[in-house]
Amino acid sequence: MNAENLIALLIAAPLLGAAVLLVGGRRLDAAGHWIGTILSTTSFVFGVILFADLLGRNADDRTLMQHLYTWVPVAGFQADVTFRLDQLSMTFVLLITGVGSLIHLYSVGYMEHDERRRRFFGYLNLFLAAMLLLVLADNYLLLYVGWEGVGLASYLLIGFWQHKPSAATAAKKAFLVNRVGDMGLSIAIMLMFTTFGTFAFGPVLSHVTDASEGRLTAIGLLLLLAACGKSAQVPLQSWLGDAMEGPTPVSALIHAATMVTAGVYLIVRSGAIFNAAPDAQLVVTVVGAVTLLFGAIVGCAKDDIKKALAGSTMSQIGYMVLAAGLGPIGYVFAIMHLVTHGFFKAGLFLGAGSVMHGMNDEVDMRKFGGLRKYMPVTFITFGLGYLAIIGFPGLSGFFSKDKIIEAAFAKGGTEGWILGTCALVGAAITAFYMTRVMLMTFFGEKRWQPDEHGHEPHPHESPKVMTIPMIVLAIGSVFAGGFFSIGDRFLHWLEPITGHSEGDSPISAGVVTGATMVCLVIGVGIAYLQYGRRPVPAVAPRGSLLTRAARRDLLQDDFNHVVLVRGGEHLTRSLVYVDHTLVDGVVNGTAAGFGGLSGRLRKLQNGYARSYAVSMFGGAALLVAATLLMRAV
Amino acid sequence: MSFPLLTATAVLPAVGAVATAAVPAARRTAAKWLALLVSLATLVLAIVVMVRFDPGGARYQLTESHAWISDFGVRYELGVDGIAVALLALTALLMPFIILAGWNDADPLETGSKRWRPTQGFFALILAVEAMVIISFEATDVFLFYIFFEAMLIPMYFLIGGFGDRAHAQGEEAASTQRSYAAVKFLLYNLVGGLIMLAAVIGLYTVSGNFSLAEIAQARANGTLHMATSTERWLFLGFFFAFAVKAPLWPLHTWLPNAMQESTAPVAVLITAVVDKVGTFAMLRFCLQLFPEASKWATPTILVLALISIIYGALLAVGQRDIKRLVAYASISHFGFIILGIFAMTSQGQSGATLYMVNHGISTAALMLVAGFLISRRGSRLIADYGGVQKVAPVLAGTFLIGGLATLSLPGLAPFVSEFLVLVGTFTRYPAIGIIATFGIVLAALYTLVLYQRTMTGPVKPAVAAMPDLKARELLVVTPLIVLLIFLGVYPKPVTDIVNPAVKQTMSDVHKTDPKPAVEAAK
Amino acid sequence: MNPVYYLYLAALLFTIGATGVLIRRNAIVVFMCIELMLNACNLAFVVFSRMHGNLDGQIIAFFTMVVAAAEVVVGLAIIVSLFRTRHSASVDDASLMKL
Repeated sequence: MNAENLIALLIAAPLLGAAVLLVGGRRLDAAGHWIGTILSTTSFVFGVILFADLLGRNADDRTLMQHLYTWVPVAGFQADVTFRLDQLSMTFVLLITGVGSLIHLYSVGYMEHDERRRRFFGYLNLFLAAMLLLVLADNYLLLYVGWEGVGLASYLLIGFWQHKPSAATAAKKAFLVNRVGDMGLSIAIMLMFTTFGTFAFGPVLSHVTDASEGRLTAIGLLLLLAACGKSAQVPLQSWLGDAMEGPTPVSALIHAATMVTAGVYLIVRSGAIFNAAPDAQLVVTVVGAVTLLFGAIVGCAKDDIKKALAGSTMSQIGYMVLAAGLGPIGYVFAIMHLVTHGFFKAGLFLGAGSVMHGMNDEVDMRKFGGLRKYMPVTFITFGLGYLAIIGFPGLSGFFSKDKIIEAAFAKGGTEGWILGTCALVGAAITAFYMTRVMLMTFFGEKRWQPDEHGHEPHPHESPKVMTIPMIVLAIGSVFAGGFFSIGDRFLHWLEPITGHSEGDSPISAGVVTGATMVCLVIGVGIAYLQYGRRPVPAVAPRGSLLTRAARRDLLQDDFNHVVLVRGGEHLTRSLVYVDHTLVDGVVNGTAAGFGGLSGRLRKLQNGYARSYAVSMFGGAALLVAATLLMRAV
Repeated sequence: MSFPLLTATAVLPAVGAVATAAVPAARRTAAKWLALLVSLATLVLAIVVMVRFDPGGARYQLTESHAWISDFGVRYELGVDGIAVALLALTALLMPFIILAGWNDADPLETGSKRWRPTQGFFALILAVEAMVIISFEATDVFLFYIFFEAMLIPMYFLIGGFGDRAHAQGEEAASTQRSYAAVKFLLYNLVGGLIMLAAVIGLYTVSGNFSLAEIAQARANGTLHMATSTERWLFLGFFFAFAVKAPLWPLHTWLPNAMQESTAPVAVLITAVVDKVGTFAMLRFCLQLFPEASKWATPTILVLALISIIYGALLAVGQRDIKRLVAYASISHFGFIILGIFAMTSQGQSGATLYMVNHGISTAALMLVAGFLISRRGSRLIADYGGVQKVAPVLAGTFLIGGLATLSLPGLAPFVSEFLVLVGTFTRYPAIGIIATFGIVLAALYTLVLYQRTMTGPVKPAVAAMPDLKARELLVVTPLIVLLIFLGVYPKPVTDIVNPAVKQTMSDVHKTDPKPAVEAAK
Repeated sequence: MNPVYYLYLAALLFTIGATGVLIRRNAIVVFMCIELMLNACNLAFVVFSRMHGNLDGQIIAFFTMVVAAAEVVVGLAIIVSLFRTRHSASVDDASLMKL
């Protein structure tokens, strides 16, 4: 059997799971979660088999194509269902199915007491299928299907606890903001079609040079808009914080490890377009730099552990987008950071979930404290994830983030300095807020109180089915970066697809690493002084203007509310009024006019013979007069 | 002489209508079963038509032609092209579901009532509409088409005015007043459109001396029939006005929300999914074929109106408080897309528009029928009266969500393919219009998800706490529609294969070719 | 003598008759005014006949007389029966097409 034919099975397994679990009904309630987990793992196994197959080939021969059928055949417009498995999509397949399977396993424990667990696993499988479609698609339209498919899964999962109005609102918000991005993607596809006559990766990316730079810049910016929506980049980042309403495994899988990185995938996949459109690339780097600072600042102010991590996710994806915007200097490192981030951020979220699991679903870090004694495994795995994300030397984050900072400087010129500095500052803030999370949660005195029913939380370690995935991810967070970097393994693996160039850095790599370390120490130090040395107040202090703004996501929601929501409400309300009074009014007015006219005319029919006679005589007189007049003329 | 298949597809439901009406008052259930069987038999015939139709063959197939009013050159001429086959199939397909969904909608309020026979009437009228719609899709004689285009109004008038929702906040009397308002409004709007079209039909006859679509189009194509530019434009406007009312195009749309709001859900589906399609279909068949130059002349205006329909309909849908009105405005937005696709004059646009007609029929049917099931349970059309339904009736909520997702054109469901084709087709010729129309997809997400959130999620409202989930009959209605939505979303080829040659013909009628991609054009 | 003067007389009579029909309520008077108008027409016909030197006008005048006679018969019958039921001969009382 050819390896190509396995590609469709990667998607088919979780899709089958979703169909069975969602259509199957209550009969499957007892076994549903295991069906979901097994099918997700099946997909992972297929992934590993394909990976082994790819490794056995030459570096230039690692692209497998599987054509299933022609999807939309219309004159001049052909969309195929064709899958492309190359090094880039392989990387994603392993990340998605691997982390995905671990999180399925974790969810078996986490969702144990939820009566709709079967449905949850159905949605998770649906997500996996859509995400795999996204990374395996061979053309932009098919990618778009996966793109919106993950959006749907994200919508369903954020709003999984639908009885909570906040969850339903958050889900809707996520979908809508994503739709704005999707609009960018669909216009980009249309523009590709009018430019190249196709939107399949192969023909488009190999004919980039034939198109004018203006068109390419436009396509690039539209793709960036799409990426901003999906990857929660400024200005479309506002949904990610609210998305934490979903169950924590969802936050780990979708809103940290996989789906939110789809924007980075899109940019890297479309690298040829961006390479030929420097203006678009510049905008990409600016968006990345702004978001990495934005997310980091937001992360510093949040007391909700999941929202602090969400700010962090935003910020880390900012790094990836920044790297992707740097062109061939950064593509590989963007993906490398994406993978390591997948490990440690998923681990951190699972740890947060484990904490919540033991703390009656409390999320406010001011009510945690000293948990390391109660939850040792969670503490250690979370701690390793923490060290990885701040870039502690030797751990995953150190290798991948450091490379991005180097690459930012290597862009050269003023831009290089500005971007590099942003990345460095971001590293310092990352160290600060993550240390803050760590200290507030696991160190210090216990601060939890009985709730209004008098139940005091009894923090306890989570069951094995939850801790094992956390341990596996922690191992990944520790070793993945080193494994990838030693001998530039990851670079050689991806280079045939993304290309690579060194760039020329104004400062040496050693200096950058040193500066990063200094930033790290400063960040950790400040956090220690503020949260380690002093007790954490149980009620948040008022804080400075910046803190208060950061707590409100730097006022972006307020802006959206005032401008878009209110404005939109006024617009629709006035349009409803206009439709009723003006458009419909003209019609009803015409009808009323005819009604009134006929009412008048009816009065003429009064039954008096004399009045009829008058009209007869009048008519006759008019006729005579007209005849005479005609004669006279 | 071969078997007159096309006539049979129209005669069968017509005879069925008469037979259903003749069922004795007490045998109500028999009438329902009869109507259902007739609609299923019609579906079988429609499938036979689909199978016998050869996409690569002549333009009009299965043709029938008989002299009718020979003094005026009126003939009984039937024939189908790919576009007509697709819509014929859609109509025949939706009818059994409409009948099944309306199974209990026309039962008399007091049991044992023999005063009137509403049930028999209801189903007979639905079958009558089916017969007339089918023959308008098949007619290739302008006069024949006109007759049934207009005659359709009569049964529709009674369906809207006579069989309203049981659910009405202000009681039966207010309901009846509003129903007759809606029915009269529907009738007047469409009559005005029809009368103007009649003038244009007569005008066409005086110019061409003939009513045969094929002959006139032929004569126009090879130059033997010359029309003065102004004559052609006036005739075009006469035809287009009638179709724009039926479609409906902004600003001629206001009858639709009233009609859909007041009629029962199956009738609302009948209006928007079937009857309105005659309008957009006729634009493709009559406006473009008979008056190609005038069509091109009017294109910019029509595109702008279609664009306004898209955005305006979607914005109004956001602002609605009544579930059915919301769906009605959403449909106005979708009709904007269809008209946009037709007049973008590209293969993608027109194939997309035809596919859109089919897909919109199925998706609106799914959404509206489920909404109808919901409304019949609670007895209210107001969105604010619902909340938390998902908790008590998950299957109902799930199907409602799928219907909604189809309405917002989620990729993987059928409407996405057609909407994207329309957008691409528009974009290649008119980028600005294409981009603005794309905003419609964001608004579609807004009104659908807001509707879903307000009705289905959140805490369970006391009034819906005892709401039963979908029953077997209702599942039987919804499931096939959802399966079709997914199937046509994943594999639209069966429809596009039938439609493509017809679109190619239409494109050559208007002497238009697709714009070349920029890269090729530069070479 | 100039025949045009007879025409003036006919017009005058016709106008008197028409005015009577319009302003009088008594059905008998209205009826007589109609007779007056018919006779004015007759006069005009005869004058035209004289002016143009052929007999057509005079023949028509006879027809008119026949019509007028028939009208008298039918009209008077209606008036009498109206008067019997309503005890009034006012035309305004008979404004509805029923008793």
